[in-house]
Amino acid sequence: MTTSGDKTITIALMDPPYESGTTTTALRIVDAALRKGINVNVFAYEGAVNMTMKGQAAHPNPVKGTSIEEQDHPSSSRFIAGLFELAGDGPKLDWVNCGLCVDERGAGDWIEGPRRGGPGDLFKMSQESTNTLIIGTR
Amino acid sequence: MAGILSVVERAYHGTIEEQDDTILWVSHMLKNAGADLSILLRSNAVNYAVRGQDASGLNIGGVDLSVPPRIDDDVIALTNTGAPVYVVAEDLADRGISAGDLCDGVQTVARADLAKLFDEHDAIWHW
Repeated sequence: MTTSGDKTITIALMDPPYESGTTTTALRIVDAALRKGINVNVFAYEGAVNMTMKGQAAHPNPVKGTSIEEQDHPSSSRFIAGLFELAGDGPKLDWVNCGLCVDERGAGDWIEGPRRGGPGDLFKMSQESTNTLIIGTR
Repeated sequence: MAGILSVVERAYHGTIEEQDDTILWVSHMLKNAGADLSILLRSNAVNYAVRGQDASGLNIGGVDLSVPPRIDDDVIALTNTGAPVYVVAEDLADRGISAGDLCDGVQTVARADLAKLFDEHDAIWHW
């Protein structure tokens, strides 16, 4: 994948997975940016650190009577693993989980790709980005 | 006197990852468990009762959402259990949704009649 010059966007997220429409929206923005060759920084704050948890598991749907295989339940960590794969050797995806938020949630078992950081990383990333999008909790 | 009136207001939160709306889902589970349950869709959630919604085609990072949510089918499935599903008429009108857009079996209720609807139930669960 080619890169789009030196363009970089930073996205800050707060919402936990499975509870908000912002998760899907944010991941779609990351996907679109990477496909355009734009570097992406993500700062996952508060509940958003749960998006990359390795232990997220699919389940059947007893209302519909479907099995795990039939339901093919998605997960935020599966989508994000796909985003790291999509980035590959092309545009950079730097995903930072707020370390203190991780600690208070016991949410440190991640998929490969994210790194531990803090608010200072968000400031640094925003200073080095073309633009920064803050997606807060409502 | 009917049992529980479950009021759904916030819409489309996490429905992609969940493949359904969590409150419609838990309502269906409660109904299956024997609850005497009605559903009231208000505010943005009235859109749940619109026929023909299509959330297919999503791909993030090369990962397909192979089984997208089908909220309208879920509403129909709820009515098929015998659970009354109501939508607030004014909330439909505010969003340009006509009665002809709705799934079969869904009942409209005027905002002025909500107090009466609440009074007809033993419990109001406002999610």
